[in-house]
Amino acid sequence: MTWATSQGWKHLLLLGFGFVMIYPLIWMFVKSLTPSATLDAALSFDGLTFENYIEGWTSLTVPFGRFMANSMLVAVLCIVGNLASCTLAAYAFARLQFRLRGPLFGLMLATIMLPFHVTIVPQYILFHTLGWINTYVPLVLPKFLAVESFFVFLMVQFIRGIPRTLDDAAALDGCGPFRTFFRVILPLCIPAIGVTTVFTFIWTWNDFFTPLLYLSKPDLYTVPVGLSTFQDSTGLSNYGALFAMSILSLVPVFIVFLFAQRALTRGIATTGIK
Amino acid sequence: MVALGNPAQALDRRSRAGARAPRRRGGAVAYVFLIPWLIGVIGITLGPMLASLYLSFTDYRLGSTPSWVGAANYVRLFTQDDRFIASAGVTARYVLVSVPLQLVFALAIAVLLDRGVRGLAIYRSIYYLPSLLGSSVAVAVLWRQIFSSQGLVVQVADWFGITMGGWIADPAHALDTLIVLNVWTFGSPMVIFLAGLRQIPNDLVEAARVDGAGALRRFWSVILPLLSPVVFFNLVLQLIGAFQAFTPAYIISSGTGGPADSTLFYSLYLFQSGFQAFNMGYASAMAWILFIVIGAFTAVNFIASKYWVHYET
Repeated sequence: MTWATSQGWKHLLLLGFGFVMIYPLIWMFVKSLTPSATLDAALSFDGLTFENYIEGWTSLTVPFGRFMANSMLVAVLCIVGNLASCTLAAYAFARLQFRLRGPLFGLMLATIMLPFHVTIVPQYILFHTLGWINTYVPLVLPKFLAVESFFVFLMVQFIRGIPRTLDDAAALDGCGPFRTFFRVILPLCIPAIGVTTVFTFIWTWNDFFTPLLYLSKPDLYTVPVGLSTFQDSTGLSNYGALFAMSILSLVPVFIVFLFAQRALTRGIATTGIK
Repeated sequence: MVALGNPAQALDRRSRAGARAPRRRGGAVAYVFLIPWLIGVIGITLGPMLASLYLSFTDYRLGSTPSWVGAANYVRLFTQDDRFIASAGVTARYVLVSVPLQLVFALAIAVLLDRGVRGLAIYRSIYYLPSLLGSSVAVAVLWRQIFSSQGLVVQVADWFGITMGGWIADPAHALDTLIVLNVWTFGSPMVIFLAGLRQIPNDLVEAARVDGAGALRRFWSVILPLLSPVVFFNLVLQLIGAFQAFTPAYIISSGTGGPADSTLFYSLYLFQSGFQAFNMGYASAMAWILFIVIGAFTAVNFIASKYWVHYET
């Protein structure tokens, strides 16, 4: 086989398989635009309409836009929290000498592998006792406390790649650790900050478990919980609208994906987060 | 001072600076940087871990006081609770089937994409996209529809002359839909494989080719051994993730784990015990069993890795 034909087969295989991978998403998208969609798989492009979107947006007692706004607020707060806490901790681990550095760094790595189950019950009791059920505090506060150690680790790895001579130069110019951190390290961390922002956004946006646990007022629901109640309330009767809202819920992730592909793949390749 | 003020020259001095004695900067000030993380690790991680270990030996419902019951929760789990056994079995099947399949797909596509494929970025995006969406409620909703009795999968099978029923309502196949969903998200290990493949020096592969090794032989004897640390990394990561899966099973079964407990993931049963039945001591015991199982799996993995993972020295 010549190079050209083997390449041809390869592309055919890759494209064909890729199409099968993506087809369910295309199917849902077209169905979301089909009037009174039925479960029949045959796609029809006749008379596409936005009526499912209008219906889905308004058919719950709380408009779907409310869920979108809630999710956006939670995501932004989580991003701020993760960036603030994780960069600080990472700088200490990567650059500063202190007696407990080894053990604490080991502890930080160990918490990456910890299943959330072993902390969730007491966390719930704690937040419940503090009266934080039906607030966003349980969703957001952990991010301000660098509970997602992946990002601390990612930043540590990144900061280690920044030449130490820059720190030394800053020190000679009279910068203490704080000024060195804010003036030298932080501006150079922008790629790592980008990866953290993108992944925090996507994880928070997709997170179903935490809001399911802590939120019971429909006004406060984030998109995934809103979508799941939508599924329960409409059942199979109106899944055109359900698909429409599902597609809408994927749009922000898809946009981030389009604009941040390189940051995403780099983030995964270096740390394994998805 | 002049030299240090110039970043380019400062960079040139990197190697010499690196050889200097360890810096004495930091000390107490380091803990200031670590305050948020320290509060988090003590207050939201380690503290709750200890509390949940304690609670696992108690009978506790929210609002009451925990009463010490010794190992009763654990005994009950293993000897009297059929749903616990079922959920452990469901999760075991899910992990043992979906993770290897997912990694095989990830590796196969990564190898196809590795060298000299035009449009790599486009293919990588297509295959990676499901990984980003896979944990979302929207995709679980989609899965529930396409594997239902009139769904897309049944229709497509029909085109090929295969008659099959919907899998969602069928206890024998409901779990398979979740396995397919997890395999579908092979994009993230694939990206890691691609990064690993790029590290393999081309001259080693070329040398094997010159020695007459065919494509399969080059893969088995050269590429795979060199890639084994990445295989190991992916395996550990995906195992830990699969053990903890929750959202798709919750959505597909409307939170019940049905039909007939066939999609009762361990996480889902823990959620039902702890936050719907409010048996928080019981749920804590479940959490610790899971923790120990994941820890044991990871440890076995690390020990076994000595025999099949090759690190270049």
